[in-house]
Amino acid sequence: MSTAELVNHKPGRNYLLSAIAIVSSVVVFVIPFVFIVLTAVKDRQQSADLDFAWPHQFRIVQNFVEVLEARDYMLVIAFINSTILTVASVTGMVVLAAMAGFVLQRRKSRWNPFINFLVLSGLIIPPAVVPTIWVLQQLGLFRTMPGLILIEIAFGLSFCILLFRAFVATIPRELDEAAIIDGAGPLRLFFRVIFPLLRSVIITVVVVQSVNVFNDFVNPLYFLPGDQNATVQLTLYNFQSQFSTQYNLLFMNILLITIPPLIMFLFFNRRIVAGMTSGAIKG
Amino acid sequence: MTITSARPKSRTDSTPAAQAAGKRFYTPYSFWFYLPTALLYSVLFLIPTFASFYYSLTRWTLFDSTFIGLDNFVMFFQEPALVKGFTNTLVFAVVTSGSKVVLGLLLAVLLTSRIIGRGYLRSVVFFPVLVSSIGVGLTFQVLMNPERGLINGALGVIGIDGPGWLTDPSWALMSIALIDVWKGVGLATLIYIAGIVSIPREYMEAARVDGAGSWESFRRIVLPLCKPATVTVIILSLIGGLRSFELIWATTRGGPGFTSDVIASVIYKQYQAGFYGLSTAGNVILFLVVTAIVLPLNWFLNRREVDL
Amino acid sequence: MTFRPGTRGPAVLAVCSLALTACSAGSLGSSDDSGGGGSIEITYLIGNQEQDLKEAQQLSKDFTAKNPGITINLETRPSGSEGDNIVKTRLSTGDMTDVFAYNTGSLFQAIAPDKNLTSINDEPYIGDLDENFRKTVTSGDKVYGVPSGGFMGGAVLYSIPVYTKLGLQVPKTWAEFIANNAKIKAAGGGVAPVIQTYGETWTSQLFVLGDFHNVAAAEPDFADKYTKNQAKYASSPAALKGFEHTQQVHDLGYQNKDFASAKLPDGLKMLATGKGAHYPILSGVVNDMIATNPNAAKDVGLFALPGDDATKNGLTVWTPGGIYIPNTTTGDKLEAAKKFLGFVASPDGCKSLASAGVPTGPYAVKGCELPADVPQAIKDMQPYLDKEGGSSLALEFLSPVKGPSLEQITVEVGSGIRKAKDGAARYDEDVKKQAQQLGLAGW
Repeated sequence: MSTAELVNHKPGRNYLLSAIAIVSSVVVFVIPFVFIVLTAVKDRQQSADLDFAWPHQFRIVQNFVEVLEARDYMLVIAFINSTILTVASVTGMVVLAAMAGFVLQRRKSRWNPFINFLVLSGLIIPPAVVPTIWVLQQLGLFRTMPGLILIEIAFGLSFCILLFRAFVATIPRELDEAAIIDGAGPLRLFFRVIFPLLRSVIITVVVVQSVNVFNDFVNPLYFLPGDQNATVQLTLYNFQSQFSTQYNLLFMNILLITIPPLIMFLFFNRRIVAGMTSGAIKG
Repeated sequence: MTITSARPKSRTDSTPAAQAAGKRFYTPYSFWFYLPTALLYSVLFLIPTFASFYYSLTRWTLFDSTFIGLDNFVMFFQEPALVKGFTNTLVFAVVTSGSKVVLGLLLAVLLTSRIIGRGYLRSVVFFPVLVSSIGVGLTFQVLMNPERGLINGALGVIGIDGPGWLTDPSWALMSIALIDVWKGVGLATLIYIAGIVSIPREYMEAARVDGAGSWESFRRIVLPLCKPATVTVIILSLIGGLRSFELIWATTRGGPGFTSDVIASVIYKQYQAGFYGLSTAGNVILFLVVTAIVLPLNWFLNRREVDL
Repeated sequence: MTFRPGTRGPAVLAVCSLALTACSAGSLGSSDDSGGGGSIEITYLIGNQEQDLKEAQQLSKDFTAKNPGITINLETRPSGSEGDNIVKTRLSTGDMTDVFAYNTGSLFQAIAPDKNLTSINDEPYIGDLDENFRKTVTSGDKVYGVPSGGFMGGAVLYSIPVYTKLGLQVPKTWAEFIANNAKIKAAGGGVAPVIQTYGETWTSQLFVLGDFHNVAAAEPDFADKYTKNQAKYASSPAALKGFEHTQQVHDLGYQNKDFASAKLPDGLKMLATGKGAHYPILSGVVNDMIATNPNAAKDVGLFALPGDDATKNGLTVWTPGGIYIPNTTTGDKLEAAKKFLGFVASPDGCKSLASAGVPTGPYAVKGCELPADVPQAIKDMQPYLDKEGGSSLALEFLSPVKGPSLEQITVEVGSGIRKAKDGAARYDEDVKKQAQQLGLAGW
């Protein structure tokens, strides 16, 4: 059915198909989120019913305040921590991976297969937690925000390098040559000529990785323990036992930590597709 | 997107830039660019990984370690949960990546067609990708509650007695796979959309002029030209599926009993129990499994593409 | 071997009501020297359960009131095995807080106390610790911890209104228990005879773990042999009973309908509202139950898990968690930490704990008494403790061997996925890894 539309460009729209698509999208994708929102504003007793009923009373503000105040404003601290973590590690990933991906694509050497192999292993190998902690300890970085930032960068690099390498391949070499003839050194060539051209793939990397880092749960749990260091996913986890009978607060928490990705999404919705199209697939 | 693009497009090896630079060998593509990445990656990823190869051969209490050879691996394969976890891992990875390919392609075709509310539909399908696995897991745990959950409530209205999604041993793994597809299909769809919109319009026009039906053009044009996207979706979701852990942990923790355990959750349980050597051995096994499946598959898929 | 506070009970009471002042003086004594100077801050790591947190907050508040120079910052960690991991990791990397709470018994042995902890052998309050408790925080000949709460019973909580309505008697044998269940089921009214909550897997283990008094009564040397790899759950008829009971309750359809997905709060609610009759669980949950269902304080009673022999029926007891000082704590902080432990191990400490919530059972410090208004379920523990041979410590406090997968296995057995005998054999395999990891002889 739908292919007909795509392929034949028949004038007019398929209303029946549209209706089916919209209705099923509401059932499958929208209702779970509405459920989260409804449960988040219910009172404690009603939320325990776990049903899809309209709230008896709206406790948006009360629940919001209660969640924020829990454990001495742990959620607020967590939001600050997560923001710092996300911004710093994603910046690091973009710069480092763009540099590496650029050279990896441009300069063919006999090391390339080996480097490619390392990059690929980073995507495949599950990181070994305790030896990593041991290394961080040696460096004096265990339980510090910089330590966790470096960890996130290290674990996220592979994916970014692959994206950048693919995208760099679409930039004509003639540009490099022109810049070199103009007397640009390696650094200037990269940062003044190439880097700005990477914009669309950078946006993809930023969106994908900031969501990854923001939603990361396992790494903060091990590399940055302690309440004063909590990140948002950890609060959800910590509250799970504390709020075991207070589904309204648990869902308010889920709702709150879903807002930053939502904002990200609203801003970059179109760009994500653009980045994918130009960089990754056509490679 | 990753591996597809790895296909070698060997351009001229001695770059014109190098020639232009003249007298001595000069390249603007300095190896120094690798340095920060290499440093960080080696210290925080490679060294611990190599250390883990050693520790997988020890009985390790974190306080001290005794070398015991391959005992951990032997024990791991005697662990009945592993056999279950092993098949579960494969089933889970195949089911989720298969569904993501099929559903992703169908949705992408739908969402590139002239349909009302296309922007809304694209957004709504993609959004779950951005929500945390823990949040999604907790939400679905509630939605899938067998007695009071919304899903069985809705099924009850139309006269179906819904199963204990996450609590019935025969359903648990498939229910988690369902949640995983729900959360991840948006990414597959996005990749396919990117593939489809990059198909030159002329191809379609030409097909139409030749009198090809819609199914025909889908099969002859869309499907083959989406091959890179398919490879990307398969590889990404296989890696994700084989390593999948957070969602399983947030919903069933491998239960009831051991019925929804996968390798990653078995590893984590050994880790939790303090069997660090054993758990690290599991890490090594998982690494081997993923490599043994993904690398040949990647090679095979990309090979086919070149032949095409 | 056998836990008999009863033999000492009256003596302890007598001594302590007299010596109440002496006890507290002893612990206060350590606080007058050197304390004065500038303010010291120490950090105390605890599990994130609501009750743990409340008690810790109360303790630190009351402690600071007595020792104005010292403030205690709380830090939480996940509870359960994730928390175990964090404790181990932090100890091994020398990064533990100044004071931390952790389990006693086999889990305590697993954190290598001799290497990581500071012994409290020389502290004056050491003699005030209950002997059974002290054993569970001793490694080699050194004692390392003070109790962070009261004893707990692993037993059956039951709905008194259901019992009165149907005219039932508290069962002393498993056969009577099953007969009661049959009557409850026959009476209908939607009352589940046995509440099971596999949504929280740990709650599934009670038929096995709580049955240990009966095992010990039938095979007194089971724990020793078990440690030496000479006794097994699958091959010991008495020990196998726990698994068989788990299976039987499922096979006879006595569980609540939503047993597979229900969680602890659901189970407690069912019990408190009379929708369920029996709930095999730890007495530590009583506090939570009463917080949400105040009537449960008098509507819910407790009896020990029944075995085969009515004359030997008794309660399986869990010792409280411990509070420890890692050996990375030094100088002023060490002094402050020791003072804090001294405070916890004094009657003032118990009073502080009692004001933070309902006790889980009798305290493990001399001079500590339960408040008069404890809930019925906690009161019901006392007769068992007072009776000679009426109670035993749980196996995990007598043997370091405890497998990590018991909760999954009992869920399987209780859900009909696996047979009792098979489950027990599986658990024996599971335990082997633990014993080897600990480097025990004979494995």
